[in-house]
Amino acid sequence: MLAFVLRRVSSAVLVMFSISVLVFLIFFATPGVDPAARIAGRSATPQIIAQVRHAFGLDRALPIRYGIMMDHLFFKQDLSSYVNIGAKVVPQILQAAPITISLVLGASVLWLLVGIAGGIVAAANRGKFIDPLIMFLGIAAISVPAYWLGEVVNLITQGGLHHSIFSWVPSSGYVSIFQNPFEWGLHLLFPWLTLASLYAGIYARVLRAELVNALNEDYVRTARAKGLSERRILIRHAFRCSLISIVSLFGLDFGALIGGAALLTEVVFGLPGVGLLTYSSLQNLDLPVIMGCVMYGAFFVVLANAVVDIGYAFLDPRVRVA
Amino acid sequence: MPEPLLSVENLRVAFETRAGVVRAVDGLTFSVGEKEVVGIVGESGSGKSVSMYSLLGLLREPNVVIEGSVKFQGREILGLGDDQMQSIRGKDIAMIFQDPMTALTPVYSVGWQIEEQIRAHGTESKHQARARAIELLAEVGIPDPARRVEQFPHEFSGGMRQRVVIAMALSCNPKLLIADEPTTALDVTTQAQILELMGKLQETYGSSIVLITHDMGVISEMADRIVVMYAGRPAEIGSRVDVIRTPQHPYTWGLMGAVPRLESKRSRLVTIPGNAVSPLDVPEGCAFAPRCEHRMDICSTRPSLRGSDHQAACWLDSAQKVSFRNRGHSA
Repeated sequence: MLAFVLRRVSSAVLVMFSISVLVFLIFFATPGVDPAARIAGRSATPQIIAQVRHAFGLDRALPIRYGIMMDHLFFKQDLSSYVNIGAKVVPQILQAAPITISLVLGASVLWLLVGIAGGIVAAANRGKFIDPLIMFLGIAAISVPAYWLGEVVNLITQGGLHHSIFSWVPSSGYVSIFQNPFEWGLHLLFPWLTLASLYAGIYARVLRAELVNALNEDYVRTARAKGLSERRILIRHAFRCSLISIVSLFGLDFGALIGGAALLTEVVFGLPGVGLLTYSSLQNLDLPVIMGCVMYGAFFVVLANAVVDIGYAFLDPRVRVA
Repeated sequence: MPEPLLSVENLRVAFETRAGVVRAVDGLTFSVGEKEVVGIVGESGSGKSVSMYSLLGLLREPNVVIEGSVKFQGREILGLGDDQMQSIRGKDIAMIFQDPMTALTPVYSVGWQIEEQIRAHGTESKHQARARAIELLAEVGIPDPARRVEQFPHEFSGGMRQRVVIAMALSCNPKLLIADEPTTALDVTTQAQILELMGKLQETYGSSIVLITHDMGVISEMADRIVVMYAGRPAEIGSRVDVIRTPQHPYTWGLMGAVPRLESKRSRLVTIPGNAVSPLDVPEGCAFAPRCEHRMDICSTRPSLRGSDHQAACWLDSAQKVSFRNRGHSA
């Protein structure tokens, strides 16, 4: 088991390194992208651009430039933005990360609870009225885009009704959990619900399909022949085996969202998270910030996948030997 | 005559499908006495497995219609609710399935799965159940059971898994064991070992067994009585000696002819002409008539089982049967 974990972690490190090289090449070695010109500004003379190029080390060989970049990003942590001169990349990300993590953590708890409950209830009541009802609600939640749902929620809670029944809803923004845990939850309540609704719908539908498949397996027939109750068969046998696909799905979604994929929800609710930071840096082609954000996002995707793989080994004994 | 352990009367199982009503089992009647081994033999699709699933309530399809009567120890069990069936399944009647590779839940150790059944029907503590599980594994011939009990199904070979399934089935000392083609998915040497094991355990545990198979060789080794099924109907029922030595039904003659014999000089095995009938389209009369070389006009009327101890659903009279059978055997 320990060997498995070590192997998985070292491969995660390797993947991180490859991603950093790839991203570096895409943004700094693609023909037509000249970082020096961007740093020097719009009306810079060729001499100034050449000066800048030399001052930032942009005239040196690519591997050296990669090393300098990584040194500034990870070790000195003083990589600065090319656009907002003076703004450091790492503190910016460190400031945005807790907001995104708060948003995604809360939402993921909600969608796991609702999605798993929905999937199990639907699978247990196949062919009855409640099954298609849950599946319809699921597809409806999946179909509604987050920015639309978020805007509607804002319209209701911040609009005309804000003075009556929704007067307890704070205006949009973020309050740190260390500052005031209650306000933190209150500010994030509707963002959580909005972000979770899509994923709850997906998870309920995926889990139902997995459970229906599992319930047709031979081992479920064996479990019935053993004289186990339907509830025990559903939870301890069918659900336990379906959990493996739910966990892998969750790892991918969670990693991607922490890495910035919750952008739309962040924009709608005015949460200055990593998604928003990535988005604005892309608009300005602010290369160091893009680099930082992508590395941050990749880190969480890789981390989530490593955790999922290790979780797999706990859930599925067949993986442990592999 | 003492009351049989299990008595199945006129069991009918039908599936309502879009293509029409599929009569998978149509009028199956047989009984199983204490400590008796009854073999049910027939081709694929003859309704052997479906009849067993239906009497245990394991058919979950919403479009299934089950009729008839199944009495276990004199008590009608057909149509019992899930709650009542749960206390019978696994405790009084246990079942072994065809494919041991998929019959166990992959994510739990074999010990866990045996203990689960023991604890579902008894008051044993975890510790007692574990001890019993190890004992059972030893009994079904799994070496080093104290270590193997912790292992997962994927760490066992097919034959070993089937032994685990048998251990699980025996864990609550069932009065009746239904074995649904327990050796079909195994290779030939393993088949023999499993059959030998089942015979041995039947003696020690004293369970009755219903053995489902399409292999006449298996059935002639183990069964006390034989039920031959064709197209969901019983074709012939009788003691092993009677059915093997003096089969009464042309279909049984075909099955017997299809068994390879060492002493025979014949190089080709006898085949039954044609294919098994589609369960969607069973003929009005005798289901076997279209493939039968002795068919007569009367065969368009459905024959019922005739005879007392040795019954067959065939219109041929006994003199005809004797002469046709002898001709078939010497040919």
